[in-house]
Amino acid sequence: MPALPLHEAGKYVAAAYIVVFALVLIYVTIMAIRLSRIERQLSDLLEQSVEPSPEPLEDLGAQESTLV
Amino acid sequence: MYGKHLRALSICTAVTFAVALGLVFFYAPIEADQGFVQKIFYVHVPLAIVSLCGFVLGGVLAIVHLRTRDSRWDLRAYVAIHMSLILGVGVLLTGSIWAKASWGHWWVWDEPTLVSFLIVFLLYATYQPLRFSIEDPERQARYASVFAITAGAFVPLNFAAVRMSTGYVHPRVLGDTSNLPGPMALTFVVALGAVALLYATLCTYEMTAKHTRFQLRALRRARSGELSRAGRFGF
Repeated sequence: MPALPLHEAGKYVAAAYIVVFALVLIYVTIMAIRLSRIERQLSDLLEQSVEPSPEPLEDLGAQESTLV
Repeated sequence: MYGKHLRALSICTAVTFAVALGLVFFYAPIEADQGFVQKIFYVHVPLAIVSLCGFVLGGVLAIVHLRTRDSRWDLRAYVAIHMSLILGVGVLLTGSIWAKASWGHWWVWDEPTLVSFLIVFLLYATYQPLRFSIEDPERQARYASVFAITAGAFVPLNFAAVRMSTGYVHPRVLGDTSNLPGPMALTFVVALGAVALLYATLCTYEMTAKHTRFQLRALRRARSGELSRAGRFGF
């Protein structure tokens, strides 16, 4: 196939680079959501350690596998 | 501490990526045969190389895990494969876009490089379902390591088989870089470095997050035990 003209090829090149950028962005967004969840759990734990409740905490991690 | 060098690594990745993009669009000459479309090469090929190396790295880390029985190596192997899969999605998507621009088709089934990468990708796509279908953590780690080693050995074999095959429609990169002019070779090496740094950064990011979650879970368990003991002994 002959080389595409610049205006035609530009769309494909832009699409390829945008796809990679979007992929990284999606990953970082997912990680940010996970991080905020960790932060929330940590602050809950901190609150509970300042004011200890008489009832034992739920063992949330017990049912999960090592890498989830 | 997995996140010790995360900040420096992230900055280094961002700078290298910016330099690579600058070189791709303002320094590397436009290729005579394919024209401007060839610029996809600087993102597609580094992604493919780093992704395949990541799969092999996962196998090597899995060997260390089986030898030492240390779960940290299992975590590293898991993260290496997980990140390679994410980059693999990028390879398939950018490859399809390049194929459409160069050959007029989104996918070509008689091209060995494309199909072999798809086979490797699909093979590793079964890693996570296999892993998480096993409930016992120790067995899960052991089976996943065996899978990572077997599949990791398949990657270089597959690569060699493709290179020995006769269909040379796909541009060859490794072992034939003398065809690449100086500015293009330099741009390619910088782009490869940028993608490798991105891989390392994302792996560190993932490992730090997972390690923090494990620590949090351990803290919860410790606190839960502390409180139940306190309840039992009437504190």
